[in-house]
Amino acid sequence: MSEHRLSKPDRPWMMRTYAGHSTAAKSNELYRGNLAKGQTGLSIAFDLPTQTGYDAGDELARGEVGKVGVPVAHKSDMKILLDGIPLDQMNTSMTINATAAWLLALYIVTAEDQGVSEDLLQGTTQNDIIKEFLARGTYAFPPAPSMRLIADMVAYTVTNVPKWNPINICSYHLQEAGATPIQEIAYAMSNAIAVLDAVKERVDESLMPQVFSRISFFVNAGVRFIEEHAKLRAMGILWDELGRERYGVKDAKLRRFRYGVQVNSLGLTEAQPENNVQRIVLETLAVTLGRDARARAIQLPAWNEALGLPRPWDQQWSLRIQQVMAFETDLLDYPDIFEGSTVMEGLVAEMLEGSRAEMAVVAEHGGAVEAVPYMKAQLVESHRDRILRIEDGSQKVVGLNDYRETEHSPLTDDSEGGILVVDQAVEAQQTEALKVWRSERDQAAVDTALAEVARVAQTADENIMPPTIAAARAGATTGEWSATLRNVFGEYRAPTGVGEASGSAAVGPELEVLRDEVARVSEALGRRLRILVGKPGLDGHSNGAEQIAVRARDAGMDVVYEGIRLTPSQIAASAVQEGVHVIGLSILSGSHRELIPTVIEALRDAGAGDVPLVVGGIIPDQDVPELEAAGVAAVYTPKDYDLTTIIGEIVKLVADRNGVAQSA
Amino acid sequence: MTKGRGAALGRRLAERDLAAAPEALNLLESSASGDSADRSDLLRATSPGALGQEPPGHVIGITGPPGAGKSTLISAIVKELRAEDKSVAVIAVDPSSKRSGGALLGDRARIDFDPADRELLIRSMAAGDRLGGLARPTRDAAAALSAAYDFVVVETVGVGQSETEISEVADTVCVVVQPASGDTLQFIKSGIMEIPDVLVVTKSDLGQIAQRARRDLNAALRSLGAKHTSVVAVSAEPPPTGIRELLDAVDEHRERSDIAAGRSERRKSQALEEFADEYGRSGLSLLGGRREAGKELSSLDPSLDVPGMVVELARRAGIAIP
Repeated sequence: MSEHRLSKPDRPWMMRTYAGHSTAAKSNELYRGNLAKGQTGLSIAFDLPTQTGYDAGDELARGEVGKVGVPVAHKSDMKILLDGIPLDQMNTSMTINATAAWLLALYIVTAEDQGVSEDLLQGTTQNDIIKEFLARGTYAFPPAPSMRLIADMVAYTVTNVPKWNPINICSYHLQEAGATPIQEIAYAMSNAIAVLDAVKERVDESLMPQVFSRISFFVNAGVRFIEEHAKLRAMGILWDELGRERYGVKDAKLRRFRYGVQVNSLGLTEAQPENNVQRIVLETLAVTLGRDARARAIQLPAWNEALGLPRPWDQQWSLRIQQVMAFETDLLDYPDIFEGSTVMEGLVAEMLEGSRAEMAVVAEHGGAVEAVPYMKAQLVESHRDRILRIEDGSQKVVGLNDYRETEHSPLTDDSEGGILVVDQAVEAQQTEALKVWRSERDQAAVDTALAEVARVAQTADENIMPPTIAAARAGATTGEWSATLRNVFGEYRAPTGVGEASGSAAVGPELEVLRDEVARVSEALGRRLRILVGKPGLDGHSNGAEQIAVRARDAGMDVVYEGIRLTPSQIAASAVQEGVHVIGLSILSGSHRELIPTVIEALRDAGAGDVPLVVGGIIPDQDVPELEAAGVAAVYTPKDYDLTTIIGEIVKLVADRNGVAQSA
Repeated sequence: MTKGRGAALGRRLAERDLAAAPEALNLLESSASGDSADRSDLLRATSPGALGQEPPGHVIGITGPPGAGKSTLISAIVKELRAEDKSVAVIAVDPSSKRSGGALLGDRARIDFDPADRELLIRSMAAGDRLGGLARPTRDAAAALSAAYDFVVVETVGVGQSETEISEVADTVCVVVQPASGDTLQFIKSGIMEIPDVLVVTKSDLGQIAQRARRDLNAALRSLGAKHTSVVAVSAEPPPTGIRELLDAVDEHRERSDIAAGRSERRKSQALEEFADEYGRSGLSLLGGRREAGKELSSLDPSLDVPGMVVELARRAGIAIP
């Protein structure tokens, strides 16, 4: 047998597609179709109300039901979602965090219903709350009780659902929020330490090696795929080290670094979107090329992610990319191809050194939970630097800031612009169905079960899972379970990182000119130009809003940054109380058509109807006229990458609306 | 009396019409020369002279280093005061960037509020480029809002100097410290920091560490002869603890202090500064220098509002007022 060939090719990684929308029934149909096309695992996308613990019909759920994922409110929804899919054979990944314990309970109850006992279940709950505080925003409870819920789930699954990965430590979203590879590694490892330390308090010490082995990671891979591959090798080394040294895990097999991946979405462009296909392919190489650091499971974004929600055909294309790589190429035929590579070893050593230093900084802050404000501010700064590089052209993005001339793309020619549009009627249907569900269930049983959840939540040492599973069985809903815990644990607003982010080190001439203009307009207004920046609805992807806030500050404005998860009435009240000259809102979840008109109505009711409103986010071209007709002054999308230009237009808008003459 | 915008807004505040507050703040923040008469009218209409008494609201200043948990604490204080049906205005002051002049006002994102609540106002303010003290609009705002709200809470960030700044606006100064940081203790001992009215140790859920910090601070204060400063341990994380005790300590301080005298002193020192800003050293020398100007101020009616004092000083200096 030769050393440079495997005696038989490796089995391919698990292939998934992050999917779900509209209703449980529609999503089930989609899953069955995907499985028939050769997908080997499921990856469930839940809608934002389900992720943050609200039922359809709640004020905060407005516009978000069924948008970026499937609504699952109770056991019957879960049963319909997984209908015809044998859970003893399926490996299911659920992107669920704040409400992970609840969705796992619904999954367990659904399996029971299929006659499958929980110890046979395989899959993953994402369940990583620190990155929600840092980058994704679907948290529900304060840090301490959130960590307790995670620890409870780990403690429960390690004995009762032994093949389950109770948590996927996510470096993925950190990269989306601007993290450098070193930050990605360091923050993910620090996060894992925080989780393991919390679990250590709640399980018998003899179980810790098992616990360690069930922790998996969910990583990102950007287009600099050589460096990205080195990153994964470095993570494997650090993980092994951590298991051995900090947690005393003796069995090397239990120290293996296991990860799933979704490749980078941040680098996907709205301009010439077909180019995203080759980006996705190259990024996939980062996580497949070297056998020693190959992904266990892969899901790929679709080429049109920066345009809106992908259709089944778009997702099929991404699945086919995986299949071509696994089944047509010779990727899986060889041992690790980087063994002995000077370049790879050098890169890995750099990453190790950098991330160890950064992990030490996090430890000095008192660990990942305490260091959330620090890490958040670091991410906001890294992201700002990335945007500055794209603006000044030192980082090339083909089709966006260079090579912009293009033929007409036939891919986006259909009536809906080449994306999936969720039927607006879904929300009303789901709200109605929920009413029926509540009227037909045994209310007394639900009340008793939720009271038990509340009681256990108040104790220091009882595990939340058993009463949660009982409540799922009794027919409680996602919103009810979450409200019960909100009552006990309280709510939380995560740090925004924008206040701490330092100003731009180097100021380009455009920004200098803009500062003069802001000063001139402010002088004419009598007060410094003041903008309110925030995000309506449940979408927690605040990276764009944060960058706008930081740049507006750097241009000399007073920026009231209000953060995420705002109701229309909150936005209106803030605009009035703060006396702002203009409002900038960001929405990426596709709920702009519902939310923006409601915000405008609320502004009028509050007497602030004359304050101009600009909107940014993933807004399809065909929705722009509708928003403008509703009263939106300007709409910005991912192709507007130059933030200084955007801020300049906002200054001009304020000047025009307030009768400030143009500068000479 | 003019029938202008400022006078009308001031009158509404004096009648505790809280809906007038945002517009009044817009005016007080304005540096446009055309707004200066209206600003004076507004302040006059909410002054003790016009009201016949000191404005009834109590101004609480809250300061402390970044990360000490001020915003969470203010959330909890607001909740407690609103539960007792007291109206509250929060003024959250953030620093301005020296480079760009702009500011990121991020506290609002961290304070819970019910948008339907008409008796709670949260307003962010930038510290501006002023050195060594709070910007004029902050002081004006605290004075004017105390005519309309039961409580005005002013929050500033900083270590060391910020409690000096906040004493320019607040009737009761609370300094917030984290249990693990020894800085405050050092600052107090070395005299860098003035002794606050109330010291608040946050994160009392840390248990022993917080209790020990509280004991250390108490001992340090006693050794410096500060008999009255209360040290309160609070936890603002749910379920909050110690918030009522903190407000009791504020009430106690309020009862044993001469609020009217304190405010009158602050108005005088603000007037002196504004006079110096406006007319410079030459203006001051017309009055015989800063000390003499201070004496002139002391002879004025203590219930006069700040712009009124400035006008009076200018008159005594023989400066023609346009």
